[in-house]
Amino acid sequence: MDLQILWFAAVAVLWTGFLLLEGFDFGVAALLPVLGRRTADRHLMLRSIGPLWDGNEVWLITAVGAVFAAFPGWYATWLPTLYLPFVLVLFGLIIRAVAFEWRHSHHTEAWDATWTRVITAGSLIAALGIGAALGATTLGLPIDADGTRVGGAFSGLSWSALLGATAVLGFSLIHGALFLALKVDGDVRLRARAFALRWSPVAALPLLAWAGITHLRYGTPVTGVLWLVAALAVVVAWARIRLDREGSAFAAWAVLLVASAATIFGAAYPVVVPSTIDVAFDVTVADASVSDYTLTVMTWAAGVGLPVVLGYQAWTYWVFRKRLTAEPVHEQVTGAHA
Amino acid sequence: MDVLGMDTLDIARWQFGITTVYHFLMVPLTIGLGILVAVMHTMWVRTDKPEWLRMTRFWGRIYLINFVLGVATGLVQEFQFGLAWSEYSRFVGDVFGSLLALEALLAFFLESTFLGLWIFGWGRIPKKLHLAALWAAVIGSVVSAYFIIAANSWMQHPVGVEVDDATGRPVQVDFLAVLTNNTALAAFSHAIVAALMVAGALLVGIGLWHLRKRRLAGRSPEDVDHAVWRRSVRLGGWVSLAAFALTALTGDWQGKLMYEQQPLKMSSAEALCQTEAPASFSIFAWGKLGDNECDDVHSITVPYILSYLAHGDFSTAVPGVNELQEEYAAVYGETYPDDPSFGDKAGEPIDYAPVLAVTYWSFRLMIGMGAVSAGVAAYALWSTRRGRVPTSRIGVYGSLLAVGAPFVANAAGWIFTEMGRQPFVVHPNPDVAVEDQVWFFTAQAVSPGISAAEVWTSLISLGLVYGALAVVELWLITRFVRAGVTTGDGHPAPEPPDDDAARNDRDDDVLQFAH
Repeated sequence: MDLQILWFAAVAVLWTGFLLLEGFDFGVAALLPVLGRRTADRHLMLRSIGPLWDGNEVWLITAVGAVFAAFPGWYATWLPTLYLPFVLVLFGLIIRAVAFEWRHSHHTEAWDATWTRVITAGSLIAALGIGAALGATTLGLPIDADGTRVGGAFSGLSWSALLGATAVLGFSLIHGALFLALKVDGDVRLRARAFALRWSPVAALPLLAWAGITHLRYGTPVTGVLWLVAALAVVVAWARIRLDREGSAFAAWAVLLVASAATIFGAAYPVVVPSTIDVAFDVTVADASVSDYTLTVMTWAAGVGLPVVLGYQAWTYWVFRKRLTAEPVHEQVTGAHA
Repeated sequence: MDVLGMDTLDIARWQFGITTVYHFLMVPLTIGLGILVAVMHTMWVRTDKPEWLRMTRFWGRIYLINFVLGVATGLVQEFQFGLAWSEYSRFVGDVFGSLLALEALLAFFLESTFLGLWIFGWGRIPKKLHLAALWAAVIGSVVSAYFIIAANSWMQHPVGVEVDDATGRPVQVDFLAVLTNNTALAAFSHAIVAALMVAGALLVGIGLWHLRKRRLAGRSPEDVDHAVWRRSVRLGGWVSLAAFALTALTGDWQGKLMYEQQPLKMSSAEALCQTEAPASFSIFAWGKLGDNECDDVHSITVPYILSYLAHGDFSTAVPGVNELQEEYAAVYGETYPDDPSFGDKAGEPIDYAPVLAVTYWSFRLMIGMGAVSAGVAAYALWSTRRGRVPTSRIGVYGSLLAVGAPFVANAAGWIFTEMGRQPFVVHPNPDVAVEDQVWFFTAQAVSPGISAAEVWTSLISLGLVYGALAVVELWLITRFVRAGVTTGDGHPAPEPPDDDAARNDRDDDVLQFAH
């Protein structure tokens, strides 16, 4: 029993880690047309996430893998119920991944501009789709007693999916802007700061609403406190941006996500897929879980493996810690091949 | 809803087959070329010879263009067990999911993080650390191959589990047995050497083409670029030959296990209808292979060989498809249970023979294409002996064309092993008593809630995207290969900066290289 709680928490941590990391590269990619006025600005923005996005995306694979590994009943209910939306997410992730790499493989302006747009489009699709899927799995899907979808291909997409989608996008946009403010210098840094200052109070609303609704529906006093922490984090983040304190603003914004995710998963436990048809059909941790033996094996493997992974991933962030600037050299080199 | 006479199950099977075979075009190149690029990089760090650096950069670039498509199409794999095969996922959940999760945790993080460090680390981190980053990424790829093959091998030979009486599903009792499944050890070693054949053939084909082009253009055989192509051909040729010998050895190991674990797959590989002792190996078959009417199949055979492949001697009987069909039906049932979870197949008779035309010809295609590749490697080594450069148009362009041969062999091998397991998705393990065996039919594995229209939509849209990606990838690689060692950016590869000042100034140059 205890291991089921542990693995529910592990899955929550993996999804939170994924949104915390991939969130900023989703955000930077989505902001390319907004903050990147010149080609050099856009290149600078892309360079800020170049070495990091792929490692960030592995958090998604691990999160999905952990859901399958620990709670196959969750995996096998959630994914087919949202079949086409998930296919769309995959589509977004695929075109985004190849665009990151292929953008550099041929040097004409049109080629570069096209793949840059593909990165933005793919990231938007993926952020919205993953948000929708997470919103739906915490607030309810139309499933029957066997965990099989009732209704047509899009019956899983309701207001809760829309809320999740806007929440993840809103969080990612500001997260990306604050990442840029921390990571680059020059015009983009200033524009990113201004964007975050102006939009952060609005962008936080869907996420706070999602966490708030989950709390009101299933919550405990603890999740209520967590929700207040999330709301407070928005105020702190906004105040820190105003003072141009990028580091603490970024940290406060991260607290918003962590506290919101803790509210949502904490309130939802032990239900992993609530049914909108009948509460009796809710899929719970106990229904969905693998055997204690398998959970024990995975606990050992993750206990040894995860600290090592966190160690080397943190180390690469440190290696690439230098603030980036759009150098004139870069424009010349690019120009020569335009 | 049926479109083109295919129900959800059929379309979902096509989708899994197409997306997985496509993904597996990238995978062996990632593994094989990753190992070889790491060797080149190591040679550069050790010898400081410029050709090794240029080889690292040239082949490293192709490795990266290919790697990203492997990552992108691999994402689909992590999701599609749940999307279209939810009943399968529920059934195997206690074993299969943990292997996927461990693959992500222990292999994918290593691969992606350290590859990022290698790409962006030129001139930023110490030389040896930079090299170690590439090795870490390559080890990540190999470890990932192990986990996913262990997962697949469990479907071929489910070990380490007991049947849960309440649910009828397997419950894991021995994780170590799952990890050390002999089917997995054999398949993993076979897949790794087959991946090296893919990389070797690429080095040979492209290297020979450049050597010939330079010779015809009258370029000096003394300069660094000549050394790049020559070393590539020699390295690729030897790796191909050695890897071919090892595919034969590991394949033989697999064959003998298959004879024990999935005898019907072995007989189907041969379209061996009647039990034979000693059994002959079939070279070519005709007749009603496609209709699965085994008795109308005729073939040209070599006596004794199949007995040897299956059992290691020249006399043992190899059971035929007809006899095995009856044995399977007696144990696992004449008909599918009359249960809604079997969909249209409920109550229908079970055909335990795989599609013979597929198993028979994919098995031959695998071996044949592997042999073609080994022949080309031998030609390449012979024609470049003692500093020679081949100018034969047929020889060089043939070698270039033969780059595709080991890709086909790899795909055919997987098609054989997966199609040969049908009608099971989890094949019973004959090592344990029948009452303790677990098995699962493909017919009951598909997600019950999704419609044929949904799977059609995803199959067509993924197919279109994959097709477009293949076109761009081939175009990029061809363009890059034609440009040769001068990086494909149009200017010669910059040497990595040595000191800190140069490092800062040349950040963007390094990035230009990195991409």
